[in-house]
This record gives sequence, C-alpha cells and structure tokens, in this order.
Amino acid sequence: MNAAIDHDVILKLVDVSKVYSGTVAVKRANFEVRKGAVNVLVGENGAGKSTLMKIIAGVEQPTLGRILLEGEEVSFSSSGEAVSRGIGMVFQELNLFGNLTVAENIFATREITNRFRKIDSREQERRAAEFLERLEAGIRPDMLVEDLRIGQQQLVEIAKAVSLDARILIMDEPTSALSAAEVEILFKVIADLKASGVAIVYISHRLEELIRIGDYITVLRDGRITGQEKMKNVDTQWIVRQMIGSDAKDFAKADGHVPGEEIFRAEDICLPRVTGGLAVDHVSLSLRTGEILGIYGLMGAGRSELFDCIMGRHGHATGTIFIAGKKVRERDTTRRIRRGLALIPEDRQREGLVSILSVASNLTLASLSRFVRLFHISGAKENQAVAQMVRELAIKVADPAQEVSSLSGGNQQKVVIGKALLTGPKVLLMDEPSRGIDVGAKADVFRTMRKLSRDGLGILFATSDLDEVMALSDRIAVMSNGKLTGMFDRAEATEAALVAASALGHGPVPHTESHAHD
Amino acid sequence: MTDIPAKASVASASNGSVLLTLMKARTFIALIAVLIFFSIAAPNFLSAANLILMSKHVALNAFLAMGMTFVIITGGIDLSVGSIVGLCGMVAGYLVLNGIDLQVGYTIYFNVFEIALITLAVGILIGAVNGLLITRLNVAPFIATLGVLYVARGLALLSSDGRTFPNLVGKPDLGTTGFGFLGAGRLLGLPVSIWILVVVALGAAYLAKYTPLGRHIFAVGGNERAARISGVRVNMVKMFVYMFSGFCAAIVGLIISSELMASHPATGESFELNAIAAAVLGGTSMSGGRGTIGGTIVGAFVIGILSDGLVMMGVSSFWQMVIKGLVIIVAVVVDQAQRRLQSRVTLMQMAKAG
Repeated sequence: MNAAIDHDVILKLVDVSKVYSGTVAVKRANFEVRKGAVNVLVGENGAGKSTLMKIIAGVEQPTLGRILLEGEEVSFSSSGEAVSRGIGMVFQELNLFGNLTVAENIFATREITNRFRKIDSREQERRAAEFLERLEAGIRPDMLVEDLRIGQQQLVEIAKAVSLDARILIMDEPTSALSAAEVEILFKVIADLKASGVAIVYISHRLEELIRIGDYITVLRDGRITGQEKMKNVDTQWIVRQMIGSDAKDFAKADGHVPGEEIFRAEDICLPRVTGGLAVDHVSLSLRTGEILGIYGLMGAGRSELFDCIMGRHGHATGTIFIAGKKVRERDTTRRIRRGLALIPEDRQREGLVSILSVASNLTLASLSRFVRLFHISGAKENQAVAQMVRELAIKVADPAQEVSSLSGGNQQKVVIGKALLTGPKVLLMDEPSRGIDVGAKADVFRTMRKLSRDGLGILFATSDLDEVMALSDRIAVMSNGKLTGMFDRAEATEAALVAASALGHGPVPHTESHAHD
Repeated sequence: MTDIPAKASVASASNGSVLLTLMKARTFIALIAVLIFFSIAAPNFLSAANLILMSKHVALNAFLAMGMTFVIITGGIDLSVGSIVGLCGMVAGYLVLNGIDLQVGYTIYFNVFEIALITLAVGILIGAVNGLLITRLNVAPFIATLGVLYVARGLALLSSDGRTFPNLVGKPDLGTTGFGFLGAGRLLGLPVSIWILVVVALGAAYLAKYTPLGRHIFAVGGNERAARISGVRVNMVKMFVYMFSGFCAAIVGLIISSELMASHPATGESFELNAIAAAVLGGTSMSGGRGTIGGTIVGAFVIGILSDGLVMMGVSSFWQMVIKGLVIIVAVVVDQAQRRLQSRVTLMQMAKAG
C-alpha cells in the first residue's frame, strides 16, 4: 500500500450537521476524501456513517455546513446531481428494481438509446456483461434482479456504481452479504479502481477488512468524528478506542437476583418466507420470570421475525406459545397484548411511534382501556400514568403534550418502552432496544431492563451487538438463518462461541470482529 | 445532549411565532374575512333570515364533511357520500309513499320516526360495505368508494326508474305524516337541521377528543403499523369511520328530501367533493393523522358563505367555481408552508444546539 505518498484531497466536508426530527445524526463533521485511495469510515451502529455518506451522494441535504468538491463549494439537491459530478454510491440497503433486469438496473436513468430514443437493450446488455465479467459473478444481464440471491444483488449494485465511471465511489457495507470468495473479487476491483485514481469511501464493520484495504481511516461516534489517521499509523486497539471512546458503555451491573418460574415458552415457531424456505425455522425457547434472555444474531437471522410471530403479526406462522404455563390461543396482536406480551419494535419510526401524536398520546396508545370509564378517557388518570412513566424512565420532555417527533432518539425510544410497560406486560420483547440512541440514553435503557427483570418481568431482547448481549443477558440464544443455533448460560458463553454459532448455515465463516474489553 | 431538543422546540414555538400563529388560524381568518367582505358587499347579508338560510345550506355540507374528516384522518377517502345522500333520500321517499309490500296482501307503513331510523340504517349499511371492501378485501379506499358511488347512484335511479317521488306529505290514516319537520321545522327559533348538526358535531368532537376510538382514529392515520403493534384494532376503526360517514350522508338525504318534500334520485351529485373541500380547508391533512371537527365545520362555513355571498352579489356561477377552487388551493399551500416553516425552525435550532 502506498499510503506513504500523500494523496490529493478531492472532496471536503466542512462543519456538516444533519438533523432528523428527533435525532442529530451528524454533528459538525469535517471529513476529507482523498484521490486514488481507500478512505475508510468506521463507527458503531447509528454513529452516523450512512447519513454522512448520503450527504456526499446527494441523497440527503446537510442541515448546516458546506461541501467542497475540488475546492469549489457545491450543494447537491438530488443523487442525480451528485452522479453528474462524478460521485457514485453503493447503498447499504439495496436500491434495485426487482421487476427489471440486471442490465436495466445498471443503466437505470442513463438508458442507452438509439437515434429514435428507443432503448437499445442489446447494447445495454453487452456493456452490463462487461462490468459483471469484472466481478466474476456469473450473473446474466438479462436476469430479473428479484431472481438473484441477495449477495448477487449486492454485486449488481456494485456493478452499477462502477459503471458510473465515478471519481468518488462510496461503498456502504458492500460486503455484508458477500461470500469470502466474492469479497476477494471485490477487493481486486477496488484495487483496480484505486490505481486509476478513483477516490473510494469504504464503510464496514469488519475491522480486519478495513485494515487490509484502507489507506485513511476516519472514526465516527454519536455523529461526531473522533479520529482521522493514516491507516498505517493505527491498529485495531486505536480504532476500537476511538469508536467506543472514554465513556465506555455503561451496562448496568447485574444485581444477582435469581430468575423464578417459567413465564413464557415458545414451541416450534415457524414462519414461511415469501420467496420460499423459512424465515423462522422451528424455534423453541423458554423464559423465566426476572430473566433476561438475549438473542444474538446477524442481520437477517430471523430475530425480528421470531418476535413478530410471538406477537401474532403473521397469520400464517405456526407453532404454539405459552404464558405462565397456559397456552395462548389468541392469534391477533390486540389480544396477545392483553395476555401480557409487549413488543418494542426495532424500527422506532415505522413501527414504534405515531410521530405526529403527542408524547402523552403515544405513551397511552396501547393501554387506553385502563383510563376509560364507560367510554370516556379520564384525563386525570391518563395524565397521572403519563407523568409516572416520564419520571420512571427519565424521559426528557418539557411538556408531554409536545409532538413525540420533537424528542431525541433516546427519549423517543423511552416513550416506546413506556408505551409497552403501561400495558402491564409479563413478557417484554425488545428488538435492538439500543439502536440509534446516544450513550446516555443507552445506559438508561439498560438500567431500565435490569430494573424490570428485578421486578419479575421476563425479557427477551434481540441484538447484533456482542458486547451488549454478553453484558446484559442471563442466558444467550443465538440465531442464524432462521434457526436457533446455540443456547448458552452467561457463565459459559464466549464471544468466539457466539460468533461461530451466528455464522452456522451461512457458508464460509465471516471474519470474526475484534471487540474491546475493559 | 438529550435535553436540548425539548428546549429547542419550546423555543421555536415562541420564535417566529406571529407568522406561525397567523398561519395556524388561517381558516378562522378566512371565515372572518368572508363575513366582513360580504356584509359590506352584499346588501341584506347580515339579516337574520339570510343567516339562517345560509346555515341551513352550510349544515348539509358540514354533515358530510364531518364524516369525511374521520375517514381522511385514518388516511382514507369516501367518494360515495353523495350517492348515499341520493339513495337514502329515495329510501325515505319510497317508505313514505309506498311502505313495504309484504306480497301477501298486506303493506306495512312506518311512521316518520321509524322511516328516519330505517334510512339511517341504510346509510350505515352502505358505509359498512365500503369498510368491508377496504378492510377485508384490501381494495384501495379511492376505488372501493368510487365503485360504491356508482352502485348506490344506480340503485337510487332504479328505485323509481329515474323519476322523482313527489309530495311526501303522507296520509294521516296511515300515520306517515310529519315528514316535513326535519327540513322545515323549528325549535327555539332555529331550524331543526341546525340543532341536529349541533348535536352530531358535539358528539363527533367529543368522540375525537375523549374516547379511545377517537384516539385510535388518529393513531391509525398517523402510523398504521405502529397502531397495529400497539394493539389497536385497525380494521374495526376503519369500519367505524366509513359507517359514520354513511350515517352522516343518510342524515343529509333525510333533510334534503324533507326540505323539498320530494325525493329525486340525482340528489347529492358531487357533494363528496364539497365535503372533501371543507375538510381540507379546515386543516385536515390528506395524508392522514391530522384534522379536527371544529376546523372542518369552520371550513364548511367558509365554503358555504363564499358561495351564497357570491350568489347574492350576482357573481356568475362559473366565476364562483373558479373562486372556490382557488380558495382550496391557497388553503393547502398555506398549510404546507406552515409545516415546512415549523419543521425548519425546529431542525435548525436542534442543529445549532447539538
């Protein structure tokens, strides 16, 4: 790697901030992208990496700050404008049209036409084949994208970005669905691009990968850039330190209470996938009162789907669940909530909150019947419950009548938790409860989980964060590819064992991530 | 940083507040503006007789607009209300004139109270058909209610072969007299239809604000997925709003037939558009989740006063349509501007503070 030579800066972000309703995703970031080099961006989930990249690619506009492209101030109002200035992006979530062919996807919005403005599909397919050849993917350009494996789709996305002849190419977790062999091919393509002077911005969680191909590294934490260095000057320890920071995660300590009787049991839960196969594959597990059972797994392992089945959100799911030894016959969400189940969904905005309603209305949405006399909502009773939740969960809000979207991510998450708690659950399902919230709020959420388990609630929580699952769980279940692939007591669980179990049924074992300990 | 957003939005409420307050009160300002304008421009506009006449006109649209408001808050639309008005009018007219022939030599005649109940039931039933199409068969609200619009209108025409049921005075010996009370009767000096409007409007406003069902209506429109996960019975909520809309349309059908003492099958054509206009003018968001009964009533008054006032000034009905259209467009443009201004102020302050 020739990182010794200083590469020219092609793109510069100056004091860029991005605020979504409720969350500050990026705070005054200064970021430089260098030509002919791989610029690595790293940070934990929700640190703001993807947002920063979307700003560069013109998908999002910065709330404050400037973007300098080759010294000239630019502002992109759409990704089309960024593309026309030579900035391409491989998105983390696939941006492909499943109903179109591979070639049509690659040339979407840049269709090759003949004299009469008719699309020249033969030429498109020929050129698409060239790019696909480079990726050695074995994908025919006339195949429909929806018929491809997810890894192949990712390769199409990469081919599409490469075909732009971009000067700056952003890759947001391009390897997350690739096999080891495909990753090698991708790295070869990246090396070619680098040699031809393309600036590459590379985002990944896999530290080994980053150290191998990166020339420059930038670390983000909670929307702030905490470190910028040449890759040859740093090691894993440094990266982890910058990522986690001095305020190491505050996982409330276990208090040593002993779990009680079995409160919840799931037997043989199955959920068929639309595309065939099972999204949840014969999963059985049990939970005791006062126990925290962590479910660890990679993205797409079926954790959220399992929770959905337990909550009765899928009519075609099979299997049985028991609460306190009694079989739950109710199949709809409303009545399962009444039986004592409550879900804190992974996607706060889409499934957790009604963002245009007030904090108070959101808190009591699931438990309104508690405050009703005949058919009248008793304002006093409702306000009392709201005030109690705001106090217990330390929700920072000036007035509960405020719209919930005006709160920060962490406080929004507390509102979702409060809503679930007001239903008086026996079993709480928490799907990635710490996703996209800041350090202080995370600590609050973890403390709340401890307190609830002490009060006798059974908690099932799903996460893809190893530290979190190791620190909080009494027992750890591991899911992979819809199956339960491991069940460990905390005493016997090791990170290596969890990672190995989470990769079962996924082909080659992915690179083991390094994690810091203190 | 967690405490900053709360402070920021409080600050934004006071910041640039004059413009925001003006924008928020736009429907009221519009109402006052049209009142002042026409009291100067149109002679006799403020006379008691004229005001009562105008309120009777407004009431018809206000009923439909209230039903429409709930539907739109859940994120749907009900295009069938105009046809339900027509069909329910025909049902009432038919029952007054013919009763129900039992085919065994007997015919049952109902008194006016029973006729009103049956007609309301028909309206609710058609609303339930809308609801079932939307919740059970997953038909988009626009399409489902468009289909019902045609079906109901066709049935109304079939019921009399396209003719009007005239002269609905009824016969004293059959006990069917008194149908005119709804349309022409007065209580304490005000028309009966106004009293009914007051009762239904208070009921609807109460429902929206103080009952779980009302809260659920807003939740479904704000975020259907989140509502479902929170245990809201989304399908039942949707059934209710379409049935309520049908109920309101049936009331209008009864009142119109009663006012005219006749039922015409084409009654209520394009009423659905006026109802949507009133709801939107009153601040109901077409994307769901936002709206108030009070705002809708004010919106209905603005539209009603505007058209009656223009008639009194002798403005051509063609120009009236142009003006009405412009008012609706301006209302929505201001609405959007207000939202943008509000969110930008909040976001900028959070960015600076954060």
